[in-house]
Order: sequence, then structure tokens, then C-alpha cells
Amino acid sequence: MNPTTTPGTGTQLGQPNSTAILFFLLFVGVTLGITYWAARKTKTTSEFFAAGGGVSALQNGFALAGDYMSAASFLGIAGLVAMSGFDGLIYSVGWLVGWPVVTFLIAEPLRNLGKYTFADVVAYRLKQTPVRLAAALGTLTVVSFYLIAQMVGAGNLIHLLFGLSYELAVVIVGAVMILYVLFGGMIATTWVQIVKAVLLLAGASALAGAVLYKFGFNPLALFNEAATQYGAQTLAPGALVSNPLETISLGLALMFGTAGLPHILMRFYTVPNAKAARSSVFYATGLIGYFYLVTFILGFGASVLVGRQAITSVDKGGNMAAPMLAEVVGGTGFLGFISAVAFATILAVVAGLTLSGAAALSHDLWSSVVRKGEAPEHEQLKVARLASLFLGVLAVVLGVAFKGQNVAFMVGLAFAIAASANFPALLLSMAWRKFTTYGAVASMLTGSFSAVLLIFLSPTVQVDLLKNASAMFPLKNPGIITMPLAFVVGVLVSLLFPERESSERFAEVKHRMHMGAVLPPVPAAAKSAASDPSATPTPTPSKA
Amino acid sequence: MPSKSQEDALEALAASRWRVAAVLTVATLVAYFGFILLVAFNKPLMGKQLTPGLSVGILLGAVVIVTAWALTGIYMIWANGKYDRALSQLRR
Repeated sequence: MNPTTTPGTGTQLGQPNSTAILFFLLFVGVTLGITYWAARKTKTTSEFFAAGGGVSALQNGFALAGDYMSAASFLGIAGLVAMSGFDGLIYSVGWLVGWPVVTFLIAEPLRNLGKYTFADVVAYRLKQTPVRLAAALGTLTVVSFYLIAQMVGAGNLIHLLFGLSYELAVVIVGAVMILYVLFGGMIATTWVQIVKAVLLLAGASALAGAVLYKFGFNPLALFNEAATQYGAQTLAPGALVSNPLETISLGLALMFGTAGLPHILMRFYTVPNAKAARSSVFYATGLIGYFYLVTFILGFGASVLVGRQAITSVDKGGNMAAPMLAEVVGGTGFLGFISAVAFATILAVVAGLTLSGAAALSHDLWSSVVRKGEAPEHEQLKVARLASLFLGVLAVVLGVAFKGQNVAFMVGLAFAIAASANFPALLLSMAWRKFTTYGAVASMLTGSFSAVLLIFLSPTVQVDLLKNASAMFPLKNPGIITMPLAFVVGVLVSLLFPERESSERFAEVKHRMHMGAVLPPVPAAAKSAASDPSATPTPTPSKA
Repeated sequence: MPSKSQEDALEALAASRWRVAAVLTVATLVAYFGFILLVAFNKPLMGKQLTPGLSVGILLGAVVIVTAWALTGIYMIWANGKYDRALSQLRR
């Protein structure tokens, strides 16, 4: 309560910072160089969307971590911990626990059954057109909300960090990201993620090290200092979890939403086989877990060394806690480095999102639904590039359109939709023989629409945004209702309208899910699969 | 041509993979929601400091993160060993 000796009041934050600009130009220069190299290797759709399956497990582990660790988790969670102590930690933990679920339930079957999108897996033994339409809707909804949150966050952050105008910041992020995706496809995007993940982990570690140095490398001394300054309750649960049901609902969305995020799922197609997919999530979980443990140190470090008042005086949400901490422990140079890392973080995440949206548009909608799998390779690649360009421009437009709006809830919304629209259908299609086309479509549509509707009726939109006195739906996150609902609808509709072909082809799914892309065991099934080109991915260099 | 016994073996292997996956998923759920429920319903315990600076809540938060990773490690060890051996036998 008494940070009167605040050292952070003379912050250079928001001034054009030569170190920040230098590091940022260096990052953009190096990544555009990588993009140039990647562009020359990107000649097929498989290379454009899946890096030709040539990414190693360790590389993909870093890339997954890069895709997942957004500026929201770096700046947002460090800020939350700085401002509310232990309550912020609940988020650190929550953002990690989705990864074991991805490891156990999703990674390997997805790698063995699909080609570029999760719709490949759901549609494998079902009717292509309706399933892909519904899956593309779910993917594009998740990608749009996530993109809006990232672009608006990017505009605000860069405005705060560098003093650039909001619109200019959004346009720069959009333009550089379009160059990555349009020319370098998945190969460039993967390397941008790897570079960003290494920078972010190194930056956060250096910052934590500098903080701990002041406390004799004893985190407990740091926590104790926080308790001395702000009272013992800063180490205990506070007001953030006043409603247990709310917390559980958010927890469910975070846990199962991770397993339904299109840009995360897409990464499993970049490795050569299921074993590499398995190892890559193990590496990613370790890197992300380490990162969230480090946010404990950064958050408490900022509240002790920068002071809560100084942090809120710059940004009410507390998002500037980590950059301000960097300035206090390492001067303007370190502030510049951390600012550039935050910028790079946003760039990499939007690139991954755009690429996964482009895959839904071109692979699911154009190649499978419109052209029924008859589109020649060069046409698919052209449509894929057009789709990336379209989504990149759309991201900039949305970023500018939502200027000044509170969009923090949109990330939670994206997770809730991913957990309700994508995850149930994906799991049922891999694990349940009697799943049908109608069941899948009903489950995905129910998940998407119920999640969006309940968020619209929630206090976040009704009270905070529209300034109504009360909201029809009491919870801020609808996951606890909409995810079980999507499962129940999927199962009931499948039981009401059985589909013989789907259950007959389950043996083939099961075989391929475990053995990889080898010849299906039943000749009849092989014939029906061959007549449907979109369901028969080209042979990949798998071990099988 | 896969024989009847091969199909049975794959069936058994598939069942055991889902079993392991389900058990580990439930373990993750229990760890995380156990943490959340303690936060929600036993705030005094979570705020209790074991040594100055280390509250039960902070310790358990870190334990859940490490546990989550350890569970993925357990799955890896099982899959790289038993599961992959059974798979390569099936492929023969």
C-alpha cells in the first residue's frame, strides 16, 4: 500500500526508444530473411500449410510454445500477478492445463488422420460438404475473435511501448504478418514462432534472473517482500474467485479450448509422424509451464520493484508491468529489448492464426466443398495465398474497427467456442463408432452458436459493454454449459439418425489412427476412401 | 492382408491407449480442479504461509504446473515404450 519510493515514475515507456526500434528492426529483418528462404521452398499446398511435414519434434515444440504464448500471457498475466498477487497465478496455472489434454487425446490421432485442418479428421468417414462447412464456421469464428483480441492488443501495446499511433501499429503488424504468411507459408511461420519463442523465453528468463539477483536468488524472499509491502493477503486467494462456478467454467474452457484451437491443431501436421507429434507436445508443455512459472517471479517482482501505483499510472490494466520492471532492473536498453520481444510475440501469434484461417477457407471450403476435391495443385496454392491475403487485410480492418473497445474477453470467448464447437466433434469422431454426419454438424453448430449467444447475454457484454443493469446469463464464461451441451447434442442426434457407412468405416479410422497412413485393412473401405480424394491425404514420409 | 488375430491385437491396443489417455486426463482434471476448488472454498488454508513468503496456494499452483508436465512425461514414456513396441509388432 505504500510504494512512495517508487523508482518507476521517470519511465521512458512510450518514448521512441532507439534500442527497442533497433531490436525490432533486427527481428523483422531476420524473419523476413527467413521468409525469403522459405518462399523458395514453398511450391506445394503441403509445404504451404504443413511445411511438407519436415519439422522436427523439438522445433515443433518451440513453435507450439510460440503460437500459444501470446502477449496476453506475457504482459497480461505478469500484470495480473503484479496487481492482484496470488489471484493472477490462478490464470498462469489455468493456461497450462490444456496441454496435457492435447497430449493424451488429440495430438497423435490428429496427426495420423488429417492433412491440414481438424475438419480432415471429423470429415474422414462422414459426408464431406456439411461437416466441412460447419467445421470451417467454427474455425473462422475462433480465429476472428482471437485475431480481434490480438490486433487491438497490438495497437494499444505498441502505442504504449513505442509511442506510435494506434492505426500505424495495426497496419505495421498486419503488413509484416501478411509477408510471412503469403510468401513463406507454414515454413516461414514455423521459424518465426521458433525465433519468437526463444526470444520470449530468453527475455523472460533474463528479467526473472535480474529480479532474483536482488533477492539472493531466493524466490521466497521476493514473495515475502511482496507480503511485507502489500500485506499477507497478496499471497492468498482474493476477490478474483468470488464465484466458484465462474472459475470452473473458465477452467473448462481453458482446458478443453486449447485442444480445439485451429492454429495449435494445425501444427501437428508439420511433423513427420505421430511419434514426433507426441514428443513435440511434451517439449511444448515443458516450455510453456516453465514460462508460466517465470511469470510468478515477473509479477511479484514488478509489484515490489516497480510498485502497483506506478504500474497503474501508465496503464490501468497493469499490462506494462513487465516492460516497466525491465526498465527498473536493466535500464532503457533492457526496456527496449523486452518491448521488441512483446512486439515480436504479437506478430508471430497473428501469423499462426491467419494461416489456420486460410487453411479453413481454401482447404475446407474451396478445395473440398466448392471444388469437391477436383482442384489441381496450383489452383489450391493460389487460393491458399489469396485466402491468407484476405484474412491479413481483414485482421487490419477489424483491428482498426475495434479501436478503443475492451476486447480482453474475446480471448476467453475464443477458448469457449473452441472448447464447445471444435473439441467435442473432434473427440467423438476419433473415439465413437456411432458418430454421424448429422451428429457432427449439430454438435459443431450448437457449440458455436450457444457459446456466442451466452457470451452476448453474459455480464461481460450486457453490463460492462452495453451498460445494462443486469445480464440474462449469470456467468462470464459459458464453457460449463456449452461444452457439455455440444457433446449431448452430438450423441443424441447421432443416435436418432444412424449412418451405416460411418460406423462401417470406423474400423478404417481406428486402424489409421494408430498405424498411420498405410493401406486400409478392408478393401471396400479402401475403395470408398479412394473415391474421395480430400479424405485421402498424399502419402507422407511417416514411418509406417 | 491383416489376419483376424491382428485385428484383435489392434483392437486391444486401441482400447489400452484410450484407457491410458482417459486415466491421465482424469488425473489432470483432478489436479487442476482440486486446486481451483481449494482456492474457492478454503481460502484460509491457501493463504497460510509455510515459511515466510511461501503460501500453500503458491506452492500448490507451482505443483499443478509441474504435475501437468510430469503427466505428459508419463504418457510419453508409456507410448514410446509399450505402445510403440506393440505397434511395430503389428506392422510386421
